[in-house]
Amino acid sequence: MTSIVIPRPEGYARPRSALLDWLTTVDHKKLGILYLYSTMFFFGVGGILALLVRTQLAVADNSFVGNDAYNQIFTMHASAMLFLFIIPVWAGFGNYVVPLQIGAADMAFPRINALSFWLVPPAGILMFSGFLVDGGAAQAGWTAYSPLARGLGPGMDLWIIAVILLGVSSTIGAANFMVTMFRLRAPGMTMFRMPIFCWTMLVTSVLQLLATPVLASALAMLYIDRNFGGAFFDPNGGGNAILWQNIFWFYSHPAVYIMILPGMGIISEVLPVFSRKPLFGYKAFVFATMGIGGLGFSVWAHHMFTTGAVLKPWFGFMTFMIGVPTGVKMFNWLGTMWRGSISFEAPMLFALGFLSMFLIGGINGTFSAAVPVDFALHDTYFVVAHIHYVLFGGSVFAVFAGLYYWFPKIWGRRLNEKLGQAQFWLMFIGFNLAFFPMHLLGLDGMPRRIATYSNESGWEALNMASTVGAFLIATSMIPFIVAVIAAFMRPKDQPNDPWNANTLEWWTTSPPPVHNFDDLPEVHSERPLFDARQSGAGH
Amino acid sequence: MAAHGIATQHKQGLSNGMLGFILFLASEVMFFGGLFAAYFIARADATEWPPENMLTAEQIARGVKLEVEFALPFIATILLVLSSVTIQFGVLAIRRGDRTALIRWLMVTIVLGLVFLTAQMYDYSQLHFRAGDTVYGTTFYTLTGFHGAHVAGGVIFMGVMLARSMAGQFSAASHEAVEACSFYWHFVDVVWIALFTVLYIVK
Repeated sequence: MTSIVIPRPEGYARPRSALLDWLTTVDHKKLGILYLYSTMFFFGVGGILALLVRTQLAVADNSFVGNDAYNQIFTMHASAMLFLFIIPVWAGFGNYVVPLQIGAADMAFPRINALSFWLVPPAGILMFSGFLVDGGAAQAGWTAYSPLARGLGPGMDLWIIAVILLGVSSTIGAANFMVTMFRLRAPGMTMFRMPIFCWTMLVTSVLQLLATPVLASALAMLYIDRNFGGAFFDPNGGGNAILWQNIFWFYSHPAVYIMILPGMGIISEVLPVFSRKPLFGYKAFVFATMGIGGLGFSVWAHHMFTTGAVLKPWFGFMTFMIGVPTGVKMFNWLGTMWRGSISFEAPMLFALGFLSMFLIGGINGTFSAAVPVDFALHDTYFVVAHIHYVLFGGSVFAVFAGLYYWFPKIWGRRLNEKLGQAQFWLMFIGFNLAFFPMHLLGLDGMPRRIATYSNESGWEALNMASTVGAFLIATSMIPFIVAVIAAFMRPKDQPNDPWNANTLEWWTTSPPPVHNFDDLPEVHSERPLFDARQSGAGH
Repeated sequence: MAAHGIATQHKQGLSNGMLGFILFLASEVMFFGGLFAAYFIARADATEWPPENMLTAEQIARGVKLEVEFALPFIATILLVLSSVTIQFGVLAIRRGDRTALIRWLMVTIVLGLVFLTAQMYDYSQLHFRAGDTVYGTTFYTLTGFHGAHVAGGVIFMGVMLARSMAGQFSAASHEAVEACSFYWHFVDVVWIALFTVLYIVK
């Protein structure tokens, strides 16, 4: 097996001061790390807000934070988690991993890549500075429905501008990822030999490119309504309040796939490696991902059945349809593990956590897509349970699967395995304790977004269980933080490929040099490292 | 096996930069798509258009009239379409390597763009309604305003191209930015044709 040597000019990487280097870097790996640090920071902030929410709801008739503060807290919890954590954390993983997986030296547009990242922290600061202005931070929920959002204080405007900035960040980032994957693949790597994580990033990028600008237009309209007397969402001036919901969900339903597809990609990298088998049905998985992306644009109004203003049978049917490619993926993953030689290291545990919890999230989601059921469950805690089963049980578990899996590559050290196991079990139990009771609360009619409830409602025990679960999730972060600190105190000792993995990022050193690769193996399949091991080549 | 570099640029077809730019334009199309959707829904909801029946007594007393001039925007439209032709002449010139002609055509196009913007500002000043006067005013100023901002962006883009070509840049082999600039300008032009059609012509 021959490998391809990459010529390199002398003196291409002049040393600079570390701080200046981090502030001005256009290296996709450094930007990826910056993305991961800042998104994990906002994960922490969003998590603290979640604990405030759960503390307020722990007992009936509670006045721990007060109604106004409660509205701000749950709004900012969701906004931070969705716009400042989940969506950009995939850009972080994508930044670090995609160029390495396709054997490229960097992203197609490194400076635009830096711009994408540097829009995120200011947007976060802008959004949270709402707490300092009159009337407090945004409090219309992350969905910012009109007429509610038209009438709130200036914190809402800060929120709008922040979300527009984040939208610009992900739109230009999406174009960057697409060109990178279309154009910079290593010799021999056809589209259908691209690692699955890249495929999911590609489909995610298409969704971001086409859906995010529509959100920007809706936010521009809301801003005009609020500040220039516009009447887009004001029926008194001939506008239409439902218009906001249509345009918002036209973005935000594809956006839920933006939030989950890269997570599916991560576990599709992890499951084969820890089952010692190739991914079962690679092409089926790719087409299912495309199917989810395409169908994702045709289901937005299932969030709006109770408005009565949408074509309910169509959107209900399309929502059932989108369960089909998702089901295909379930079989891809199960088939991958079937008769595999499975080992249960931390990345695998989190991937299995994703698999089982996302399955529940998929089932309770499809369940609520039935129009009559949705009428009963709309805006109850059942929906809160659903979104957390897909976004926490799905995406967050995948984030940790990715962190444990790629930590040796990114930082050259391995996270402690025992601490990883402890984190997983604490998080898994805490997660189910926090969110499973919400199904029952929802079925019993507890509305979402209420600041408190009466002790005659009979909801106290389940809410208390949920609060205990939330604090258990918070506790599960302690072993993770300890593991990260402990890892950073050790020297970089990881070999190129500590997991016996399949994809090109494991060909180069851990961490990789600035230019990523000194040489590349020839790519003949979607598992170039497996091929190299089989033919006895390698380092 | 011969040494390959890590791929950084495809040699044939669209360059990476152009591909990225076209994707950016696709996202712009979706942005305007959202605004157009709002406009069509407002019209579909209205019992009459312009929605004079939505005006309050206070607005009528203020002299609000929901009507637009046709003549000036029509002339501005012709100029903007013409400017798409002139920038294309510039692109054809630099493809031949004729930088002098590129500079000339860029200047002409910039002037046409500025005339369009001036006409739009003058048109705004003559209208008897504001952005707050029913959804008619809101959609009119939002759509034309965002388009106008894009025209201004295009004029700045062309200004940069002009400065670069006057500094001796661009040749027959290397003038990608000029091509991208012309793509952008054609896009702005097409959006305007759609806007002019729905705002001024379709009753």
